[in-house]
Amino acid sequence: MSVPILKQGDVLIASIQSALTDRDLLQLKDELAEKVGRLRSRGVVIDVTALDVMDSFATRTIRSIAAATRLRGAETVVVGIQPEVAIALVELGLTLDGIATALDLEEGLDVLVEVMEARRRDR
Amino acid sequence: MIDERRVPIDRDVDIVTARQLGRELAAEAGFTGSDLTLIATAISEVARNIVVYAERGEIRLGRTDRNGREGIEVVAADEGPGIPDIQQAMQDGFSTGRSLGLGLPGARRLMDEFEIVSEVGKGTVVTMRKWRP
Repeated sequence: MSVPILKQGDVLIASIQSALTDRDLLQLKDELAEKVGRLRSRGVVIDVTALDVMDSFATRTIRSIAAATRLRGAETVVVGIQPEVAIALVELGLTLDGIATALDLEEGLDVLVEVMEARRRDR
Repeated sequence: MIDERRVPIDRDVDIVTARQLGRELAAEAGFTGSDLTLIATAISEVARNIVVYAERGEIRLGRTDRNGREGIEVVAADEGPGIPDIQQAMQDGFSTGRSLGLGLPGARRLMDEFEIVSEVGKGTVVTMRKWRP
């Protein structure tokens, strides 16, 4: 089950539709890292609303997506972490430190604009 | 274990199958809300451990009761290389594979009971239980 990636201006939106296998997650990482360069994107939104479980592998892969896309010049915002998933992440001892998060896609795009502007100022 | 169900584990898609079945059984057993997610996440961690370290094994799932309390039991069994130092494997951040080393200690935190029996060269059996509030 691959994840559709939509381009909206200079932002890529990866909208996860259903439970993902480890391989699907790794494929998403590769595709985003490649597309960010090819499409000259400045921001990435990963919508995880459809994920009913985020275990240590999923969390590690999302962290590594954010790190890889940053090295390719884009900022990442993770949106839609479900309340039960948030509780499970805390219990597992997992964090998304250093990665911007937002409640939903709309708010995520707002956050992304701020993060992208902050990065531009830092240059 | 009551109404035991078995899920063979030998590739990553089986991890998803096992945790989804676990969530369904937990709901049937009367668990609600975030408990369902905690149980499914714990199953995901022990199932991945099988795929990463043992290549194949199985997850057994079912209802359980003790002294009038009802709950769910999850057994993850494999005939893989075994764990030489369980105490070390249960420490946060310890990993010999390609992971954060949070799998087993994380699963233990998500469940109420967690037992692990492992013999080098023979395999590993993890038994976890969660009791209904």
